[in-house]
This record gives sequence, structure tokens and C-alpha cells, in this order.
Amino acid sequence: MGIQTWTFIIVGLTFALYIGIAIWSRAGSTKEFYVAGGGVSPLANGLATAADWMSAASFLGMAGLIAFSGYDGSVYLMGWTGGYVLLALLLAPYLRKFGKFTVPDFIGDRYYSNVARTVAVIAALFVSFTYVAGQMRGVGVVFSRFLDVEVNTGVYIGMTVVLFYAFLGGMKGITYTQVAQYCVLIFAFMVPAIFISIMATGNPIPQLGLGSAGEDGVYLLDKLDGLMTDLGFTAYTDGTKSMTDVFFITAALMLGTAGLPHVIIRFFTVPKVKDARKSAGYALLFIAILYTTAPAIAVFARTNLMETVEDTPYTEIPSWFTKWEDTGLIAWTDKNEDGKIQYLPGAAVDGKKPLFVEERGSSGQRLISNASASPNELYVDRDITVLANPEIAGLPNWIIALVAAGGLAAALSTAAGLLLVISTSISHDLIKKQFAKDISDKKELLIARFSAVLAVIVAGYFGINPPGFVASVVALAFGLAASSFFPAIVMGIFSKRMNREGAITGMVAGLGITTYYIARFKLGWIGNPETSGADNWWFGISPEGFGTMGMLVNFAVALLVSRFTAAPPEDVQQIVEDIRIPSGAGQAVDH
Amino acid sequence: METSLRKKYWKENLRYLTILLFIWFLVSYGFGILLVDELNTIRLGGFKLGFWFAQQGSIYVFVILIFVYVRLMNKLDKKYKVNE
Repeated sequence: MGIQTWTFIIVGLTFALYIGIAIWSRAGSTKEFYVAGGGVSPLANGLATAADWMSAASFLGMAGLIAFSGYDGSVYLMGWTGGYVLLALLLAPYLRKFGKFTVPDFIGDRYYSNVARTVAVIAALFVSFTYVAGQMRGVGVVFSRFLDVEVNTGVYIGMTVVLFYAFLGGMKGITYTQVAQYCVLIFAFMVPAIFISIMATGNPIPQLGLGSAGEDGVYLLDKLDGLMTDLGFTAYTDGTKSMTDVFFITAALMLGTAGLPHVIIRFFTVPKVKDARKSAGYALLFIAILYTTAPAIAVFARTNLMETVEDTPYTEIPSWFTKWEDTGLIAWTDKNEDGKIQYLPGAAVDGKKPLFVEERGSSGQRLISNASASPNELYVDRDITVLANPEIAGLPNWIIALVAAGGLAAALSTAAGLLLVISTSISHDLIKKQFAKDISDKKELLIARFSAVLAVIVAGYFGINPPGFVASVVALAFGLAASSFFPAIVMGIFSKRMNREGAITGMVAGLGITTYYIARFKLGWIGNPETSGADNWWFGISPEGFGTMGMLVNFAVALLVSRFTAAPPEDVQQIVEDIRIPSGAGQAVDH
Repeated sequence: METSLRKKYWKENLRYLTILLFIWFLVSYGFGILLVDELNTIRLGGFKLGFWFAQQGSIYVFVILIFVYVRLMNKLDKKYKVNE
């Protein structure tokens, strides 16, 4: 059977599975809709959290990102895993003990202030919307790549599927579909990785293969370093970013991870405090399987690419090369007209992507109209690292179809988790807590369902008409989460003296300075664009890493202001005492 | 629960946190970033040690840290009878 047929069969089967789970796990109360009834086992929650966390970008893009940035890619590996240690040790157990539905719930109650709650809701909505816009786009791109439909059609299909189980099941439906989605995505990621590892090193475990030698007896990493430095690239195991910047970016990603509402909210779904701790451990374990495999795939793929293409005549290139050239992910311009591929440092094309023209060149290659002046002749899209793996390893068609299903599982699970946060923020934090305090549970559930519909439509709109800044929103989402939620929650638990005034001014200051910095140096909305280059960064910190600075500002302002204002009232101090002790967590309840 | 016991429980918890977060910081920011060049002179099979910590080792340690924390806290909860 052809790849297309297999893709339809496997993707169809997985979708049927997700929808079946959605029907089976319909939500009957707001508690089921918001926190899956609080009865999810730690193992299931760990699986769901891992699927929630790993997006299409992790599944398809991560290995490529590392393959083309070498040591610098470590910031993502450490940054997107280390945050779970903070979650497990500093946040999850206490928030579970607190036992409400949302992050703004905690902020609002702990800081006895509707203003604090509102700041938190706005931050939660902002973070989740910026994040979900990219996810919906990702769903569309994955569909278009594997099922040969328009990107926009892909977004519509994705919206329909997510809507189905978010509307019916809320958190309960999402949790159990995410469990299934994790299984699909990790299987789809690992099978090609294992085969590629065997091909490259003879070792079936990619993590060990990465440190092994190839057939020629040379260690893989040494070989890749050699290949790269010979051609004038920086060695793979050396970085190009400054140490300060690597430090700050890693920290911003870790702190942002620990402050993302759609991750935190997952820990409200388990029965007990000790389950919250344990499920954070499971979540990280399941995430680590993919995150420690990705750098191995990165090295196998990069080495393979360098060895295959460098100085090879176009006419002798393997068939995967021309196949991906046809899809536009590879472009070659014979700049020195020798018929061979020269792969060197520097951008091969002007602008972001190659612009193909109708004609073909003398070797049969597709011609482009925006070749750059750099001697580098080869443009390679980073996503190819994962996409082309099964073909390079010569795996059967059904595995290629499985990768498609895996990519879709990753994109859908993350989108669903984010949409739930958005709909909960609207129905619970805004409508129930601010405007209509007396509505019945049934009515709130109905509002929650329609908030989910609204959220899917808005997210779909952004997926189809991506705002110009979508590419940089990940930095924004993490920076904002790091500079607002993380400090406010940690101080709410570990400092009894932290009060309303301190928390609000801290959040506003942290959010403000981080937004300013990203608007100034990343988006170019404020100030003179000519002075927004790396030379003008404060302390050499890139916009991606500035969330760390925002967090420090938040802490400093909050501690200072709280020192000069009244201590929190007695009953609030009692809440803090209470969340520090695990016993008596009970079920998540709405007081 | 008595206030003095609460205080003791919380103090022991904070001690665990300090130790575990120190290790967390050491393997990632220490070995993976600040000391990466020094550690890269040491080899671990086909890996330079600093690079290994940055792309593999730190993640393994993170996972272990959480499960160690789970164990320590379960014991502590039992000791102070605040387990469920």
C-alpha cells in the first residue's frame, strides 16, 4: 500500500479512538469539566501532562532545531525539562492542596484581591492565546504535509476534532485522549529513532548510540565536529551564543514551564497531594524519553546530511533528497556551476524560504529566484530532520504514516489543553467569579462548554490568519509566564508575609518590563529599530532569555513593596499554613 | 496539628528542597553551562562531559531528583502523620 493510503488508515483510526474516548468520558459537572473530577491516577496524569506539554514543535521541530544549532540547542533541552523539577518541588503539591480549579483562583484567594485575580486572568488568557495560535497553525501544517490538503483545511479539520472532545468532555475528555495521544506520539517518534540509531552505530538505544562510534570506529560526535569545522562551521559541540545568554534563556524556559497555566492545571486533576508530586515525576519521565532521543536524532541526521550532500554531484543524490526538494523543504542552487552540492556556513537564500520558479536547472534541480550571494548552495528546512528519518532509514510506508499520526497527536493534545485553560478562564474566572456569582453548576457547565467553542473558533481564526508576530510568540509566552505567575505563586506558598500590594505590583512590574523588552528588541514595535540589534541588548540578554530578568524584577518589587505595606489578614495566613500540610486535601472543590 | 510540629515539618521540607534544588542547579547551570568548557576536556565514551550534561545528563538527573523527592516526602509525611 502507498504512503497516502496508510496515512489515511492510521490517522483515521487514531481519530476514531480520540472521538470514542470523548464520548465515553463525557463531563457531567463543572468539576469534571475543569479538573476531570479530581480522580485521575498519577500515571494517567503523567501521560496526559507529557502529551499536553509536547507540541507539534517538540515532535517535528525539536530534533531539527538541535541538529542545526548543536550545543546552543541545549537551552531547549534543559529549559523544557528542568521546569518540571520546579513544578514538582515548589508548586504542584501545594496548589493541589489548595484545591481549586485554576491558577487565577489561587492568586485571587491567596492575595485576597479581585485585582490580583484579574491580572492573573489577563496573563493566563494572553499566554494561552499566544501559545495556541501557533498550535492551530501547527495542526494545519501537519495536515497539509501528510494528507495533501490546504493548510487552512487542515486547521478546520483540527478545530472540529478538538472541539468535539473539548465540548463534550472538558478536562475529563482531554485527559484520557491525551493519554492515548502520548502513546501514539512516543511510538511514532521512537520507532524511526531506534532504526536510525542501529543504522548509524549498531546500538538500538539512541541515547547510547549518540555516544558510540560508527562503522569506521570514529565516535559520531567527533566525526560530526570534524565534518563541520572542515567546512567552516562552528564545531557541533561548541556554541555560538554567549554563556550569559545561554544561562538566561535556559532559566526563562524553565521558569516559564513552571508558570504555564495549562501545565499547572493538570496537577489539579489528581486525588491527593502525594499524587501531584508523583505525577510530576511520571510526566518528566515520559517527556525525557523524547527529549533525550531528540539530540541523538539530531546528530544522526546532521551527520548523514553532511556526508551525503557535501561535494556530491546532484545527479548522484539519493532519492529522499529530490523528494523533499519537490516539497520545497530542500533547495539547491549551483552557484559555482560545477554540478556538485556545496554545503557551507551562511544562508543559501535571501529571506526565510526559497522562492521556486517553474524551470529546472541543467542538473535537473528546481531553480529558485532568491539565491543569496553566500557560497553556500544548500537550503535545508529544519523540520526535515524528523520528517525524512523513516525514508533515510528505509522503513516501510506504514511507519511514515505513523509519524504523521504522531505529529497530529502532538499538535492536537497541546491545542486541547490550552483551549481548556482559555474556556475555564472565561467561564470560571471571569463569568462565575466576577459577574454572575450565583449561577448554578449546571449553568456554569453550559457556559464552560460554549466558552470552549468560542476559544476554538478564536484559536482557529488565529491559525488561519496568523498574526505577524506568531513566530516569536513562544518567547513571549514563556517570558510572560516566567515573569508573572511563577514568582506570584512561589511567594504565595513560601512567604507568609507576601501581601496583596506586593504581589500585584510585582506581577505588573515583571509583566511590564518583559513585554517592553520583547516589544523593543524582538518585535521592533517600540523605539528605533536600528538600535534593536544584539549590540544593544541589556547585559547581552536576548529577548528569549529576558523572562528571567522579568522574574527577578517581580521578586524584587514584590518583596520591597510588601515590606512597607500591611501584612495579609489572619485567615489568609491560615490558608498558607494549610497548603503546606498535605493531609486533608480532599477533592478539588469550588468554595 | 500542633504549631511546633508544623514548623518542624516545614523546616525539614525546606531542607530537602534546598539540597535537591542545589543539585538541580549544579547539573544544568553548573555542569551544562558555566563549567561546560572545563568539563568538555573530560571524555565519557564518545561524549565530551560538559556537552553530555547539557544534552543528556542533566535531564536524567532531573527525573531522578523528582522521584527522590517523592520518596523523601512520603517518608516525611508518614513521620509527621500528615499522609493520607
